[in-house]
Amino acid sequence: MTAPILRIQHLSAVSDLEGGAPILRRVNLELAPGEALGLVGESGAGKSTIAKALLGVLPRTVRLTEGEITFDGKNLRTLPPKALRQIFGDEIALIPQDPLTALNPGRRIELQLTDGLRMRRKLPWREARARALQLLAEVHINDPERVMRAYPHQLSGGMRQRVLIAAAFALEPKMIVADEPTTALDVTVQKQILRLIRGLQEAHGTAVIFVTHDLGVVAQICDRVTLLFSGAVIESGSTEEVLGTPKHPYTRALIAAGPRYDRPGAGLQPVPEAVIAQLRADVAATDGRPGA
Amino acid sequence: MSEDLISATGLEVTYRGQRAGGVKVLHGVDVRIGRHETVGIVGESGSGKTTLGRALLRLVDVTAGTITFDGQDITHLPEVAMRPLRRRAQMIFQDPMASLNPRHTVRRILTEPLLFHRVAADSADALRRVRQFFDRVGLPLACLDRTPHELSGGQRQRVGIARAALLEPDFVLADEIVSGLDVSTQAQALNLLKTLTRELGLAMAFISHDLSVIRAVCDRVYVMRNGLVVEEGRCEDVFSAPANPYTRLLIDAIPLPEIDPGWLGRDRAEVAAAEAD
Amino acid sequence: MARTPSATAEPLQLPPVAPVAGPSLAMRRLRAVLAEPKVTLGGGFILLLLAIAIVAPWIAPKNPLDQDLMLASLPPAGLAGAEPGYLLGTDTLGRDVLSRLIFGSRVALTVAFVAASLAALIGTTLGLLAGWYRGWVDIAVSRLVDVWMAFPPVLLSILLVAVLGAGIGSVILAIAIIDWTRFCRVVRAETMAQAESEYVTAARAIGFPRFHILVREILPNIAPALLALVSLEMGIAVIVEAILSFVGLSVSSGTPTWGGMIAEGRQFIHQSWWVLAAPLAALFATVLAFNQLGEGLRRALDPVLRR
Repeated sequence: MTAPILRIQHLSAVSDLEGGAPILRRVNLELAPGEALGLVGESGAGKSTIAKALLGVLPRTVRLTEGEITFDGKNLRTLPPKALRQIFGDEIALIPQDPLTALNPGRRIELQLTDGLRMRRKLPWREARARALQLLAEVHINDPERVMRAYPHQLSGGMRQRVLIAAAFALEPKMIVADEPTTALDVTVQKQILRLIRGLQEAHGTAVIFVTHDLGVVAQICDRVTLLFSGAVIESGSTEEVLGTPKHPYTRALIAAGPRYDRPGAGLQPVPEAVIAQLRADVAATDGRPGA
Repeated sequence: MSEDLISATGLEVTYRGQRAGGVKVLHGVDVRIGRHETVGIVGESGSGKTTLGRALLRLVDVTAGTITFDGQDITHLPEVAMRPLRRRAQMIFQDPMASLNPRHTVRRILTEPLLFHRVAADSADALRRVRQFFDRVGLPLACLDRTPHELSGGQRQRVGIARAALLEPDFVLADEIVSGLDVSTQAQALNLLKTLTRELGLAMAFISHDLSVIRAVCDRVYVMRNGLVVEEGRCEDVFSAPANPYTRLLIDAIPLPEIDPGWLGRDRAEVAAAEAD
Repeated sequence: MARTPSATAEPLQLPPVAPVAGPSLAMRRLRAVLAEPKVTLGGGFILLLLAIAIVAPWIAPKNPLDQDLMLASLPPAGLAGAEPGYLLGTDTLGRDVLSRLIFGSRVALTVAFVAASLAALIGTTLGLLAGWYRGWVDIAVSRLVDVWMAFPPVLLSILLVAVLGAGIGSVILAIAIIDWTRFCRVVRAETMAQAESEYVTAARAIGFPRFHILVREILPNIAPALLALVSLEMGIAVIVEAILSFVGLSVSSGTPTWGGMIAEGRQFIHQSWWVLAAPLAALFATVLAFNQLGEGLRRALDPVLRR
């Protein structure tokens, strides 16, 4: 493996809202350039917290207590704010979950798509516009001129998500954090968007962290998987290993809990109470000592 | 005909809106639901599945077509005459937080309908039934005096199920009740629903966008698109050999939790065809 | 119609007494309300004022109507020339300002409570009906509100009192007749918004009659906003009463009112400023207290805001 673009070591965080309850527990993960990593877990697993930490948008009530986030050789936890602003949005971009609220309803797509190009890359209007049109074509928007003139509410959900994907790739970031980017979409649109993200990722050689609760999505577009529970990494490895030959009982239970259209008899087995209880005990036990 | 608990023919619904003539969301739909049968209604956003469900319960006005419930034409039945039927046809909502009155206690939310429909003789009887149900679905009794926002998501979902099931209905409409839940919570809710329909002899219409969930709980399925039923049949048949290309497209769009290198590229041609119309 | 013999057939093994988990909902609401400093401070001030108004004849140091030109324009205690026993001084006719202030609170609070409640009652009823039943009811009510609001309120109130004749009853009626639209508009919009929510659909699916849904399901959800509005309106009523007193259209000139005191004090602001300052301060504090109480109630009672 080449030098990782991202390395998270022993990252821990607590929530001040819940009286200092740990929400990340010595998380370790690595991402190679151009690789897609699936960050999966049920609600409360901490996958969103990691995504927010990577983008520098943690809520004030969440505090990182230890560990390092090394991105492209720089420790994001010790960098001065000005240098961080240079990285967030430029070298690390976001594909958000809700395509409607992520766009400003009062500004045309053209303005929103060219913001980064004009302000960060200092491109003149004409060039920024040409690049934006090119990006819209790359995300398979057939009539980019119309979309450029449109306001967000004039576009469908799938269309808005394409625009946001175009915006994420606009500055050629080294890493993209996709935070449940297809949860709000219909399944057929989801598939188109997944295909698009995977295609662009391969074409541009961008590393992607894909936050999702859907093991199916992970299986189809991620190279590696990290499964979280209650802020701790439970299992990590290549997608084949983790989904094909899961080592941890929780991973096996999660796979068995989801219904499958191709096997009506399988699925719908709730994660056994014993597995959850054991997990909680294990996770609590690791709190005091260095993570595995 | 008398076999079916609910049957709808030629159902059309037009929402009055700003646009002249309104927006037509159902364009002539035929649906039948047999006694003790669980029927899935699947479709993407804008397919009209939610409107269809609400039309069957007379919660939206029907522009054309007929609906019969237990042999009785209820298409234009006045609300007062509908009332006894309302107990027999109940609904479980997608968002239990929004569908439970935020200013009422769980106790009131569950006992009031029982007294209103005289399912329970008095409030002591109503409470006894509620507590029995709580025992059965593993809800702590402490929930009784809480308001909906003081419960966990899973507890709220079970209170929503309790509200419908306690009225001892013949039919329940479940509208996207597991979307947005974690898989393990989803599995619990679906198993509970399956047990209840079996034990209470319920007929159920199960609306979902998720074909895997439909496959897990339903006997038959209706596939909807743009206000029309494009395919219907027994789940085994529809899933093993879908007759309509749109059904095929929907099935192919579901990512399974195992690596399938061809999955992403599989339906390119069909997607293009579907996007064109 | 054969009901499934489901849960009913099984023997009952549960203990007969309903377990109450902690305090009841009403108790918890009361606690939430009392935990809000705006409520305790604003409400506390109003309660204190109410107590003063009720026991005014026993606590007022002097008869508020007694004139004594020998003791006219005495400054408040602590200033040069002040007389003991006249804490806030006297006006140009030698009447005790503090006693007049205390008696003035009676009129102010009576008008506040009665007029605001009356306006709320009219406006809420019409607003609920218009927002819930829509159709011609809504058209009729909305047109009425539109027409009503086209009249300049101050002019209308002066006109009304002139027609009805001066007196506290007329003032109350005038405020209620003018300000019900404030409630009507808010309640109508709020009812329409609530009518779209899923808990209303759920109530319809159960088969509750429409009026039942309006009163038992929707109204409780509007209540926090309504309470806040009533409290604000009480503050407004205090001001309107003061304005009407100021122009001499409220109660007979014999009864002390804050507005009347302001009118009198205005004329002698250079000689005895305290005659104006005292009722102004009382008015200011009362209106502020009502506003804070309203804001606090809204915050404390809204389950979403409280989270």
